[in-house]
Amino acid sequence: MEDLVQREHEIMKVCLLAGQIMLQSGAETYRVEDTMVRIAASFGVDKTHSYMTPTGLIFSMEDPQPITRLNRISDRTTNLHKIDRVNSVSRRISKGELTIAEARRELEHIQRTGDIYPLWLRLLMAALASGCFLIMFHGIWPDFLAAAVAGGLGFYCMLMLQRMIPVKFFAEFSGALAIGLCAVLFVKFGFGRDLDIIVISSVMPLVPGLLITNAIRDLMAGHLVSGLSKGAEAFITSFAIGAGIAFMLSFQ
Amino acid sequence: MYFEQLVTSFIASAAFGMLFNTPKKALLQCGFAGMVGWLLYIWLQDMHVLRITATVVASYWVTMISHLFAKRYRTPIIVFSVSGIIPLVPGGTAYDAMRNAVENQYDQAVQLGAEAFMISGAIALGLLLSEVTNQLIRKWKPRVV
Repeated sequence: MEDLVQREHEIMKVCLLAGQIMLQSGAETYRVEDTMVRIAASFGVDKTHSYMTPTGLIFSMEDPQPITRLNRISDRTTNLHKIDRVNSVSRRISKGELTIAEARRELEHIQRTGDIYPLWLRLLMAALASGCFLIMFHGIWPDFLAAAVAGGLGFYCMLMLQRMIPVKFFAEFSGALAIGLCAVLFVKFGFGRDLDIIVISSVMPLVPGLLITNAIRDLMAGHLVSGLSKGAEAFITSFAIGAGIAFMLSFQ
Repeated sequence: MYFEQLVTSFIASAAFGMLFNTPKKALLQCGFAGMVGWLLYIWLQDMHVLRITATVVASYWVTMISHLFAKRYRTPIIVFSVSGIIPLVPGGTAYDAMRNAVENQYDQAVQLGAEAFMISGAIALGLLLSEVTNQLIRKWKPRVV
């Protein structure tokens, strides 16, 4: 009996860790809940309940002894690589290829990995994406560079500030401020022409597109608490971006 | 004109994939999904289809393609769908709303804000419809085989 309870606690740790990594990497609500239940089931624990909100994770098991644990989640990013890797670990667990200890080691390893692309490459990509969006939004080619520079710089500002100050709102606000400043200066000195389109396209790397969509989808799927809080987060982010841009425009 | 959109939407979606730490092996597929979604969207707009309808159709197909890729490469669907959806996000409309609010034109701002909200809803609706389609296909298949 003692051994069984010990084992149950080990399984619990694996499930919670998997859920935590997925949640922090931006996985959908149903996938996080489903993965935890599946892992537990593969280890032979059938009666489980999982509950996820963007700020916390609750998992409970009933056999052989009822236990419930809670994980508080404070920071979330988008890291699809981690979601993919946890998914494949979960797949291997359900095939019976991993023991509890092995699974835990793998998950801990995944948790320690960070961004897979170096910073300069991500900045370059943010710049490139901004430039491409300019063309997609019917901008003119001469503005390409202006949008790219503004987009890359804004993204850099946001990343740096997010590292220094743990207030997400402020980082996003400053990112948008930098973009607004760049765009206004570029247009003033003739480096860019259409202010509106330059701003819209260079703001795209900051826009919480994933959050908005996931929020509404969670609401439709019945995950009401998750949906509402993701919606709130998306609203705050949009507001931060809008306020940053608006602040700059009011000086124009 | 379409060629320009084709190339830029592909690059933009793949670049966004890198911002979201998409694994290297999935980047091209991300770009492809985004490209198809965007081309469908602008084509429908050129045919004077309503913007909301165009968004629903485009996000439906982005998710369908992502589903195919997800099955083929045994990867969570979100890896492909996120960067494909990004071009459809109503960033421009939200920006216009904000700009009007700053200029004290609140009636315009509320209108545009509502439009941005409806378009986000349209994206989610397309996603959901495609998920339902896939579940139906999955349920229907075993009887055939």
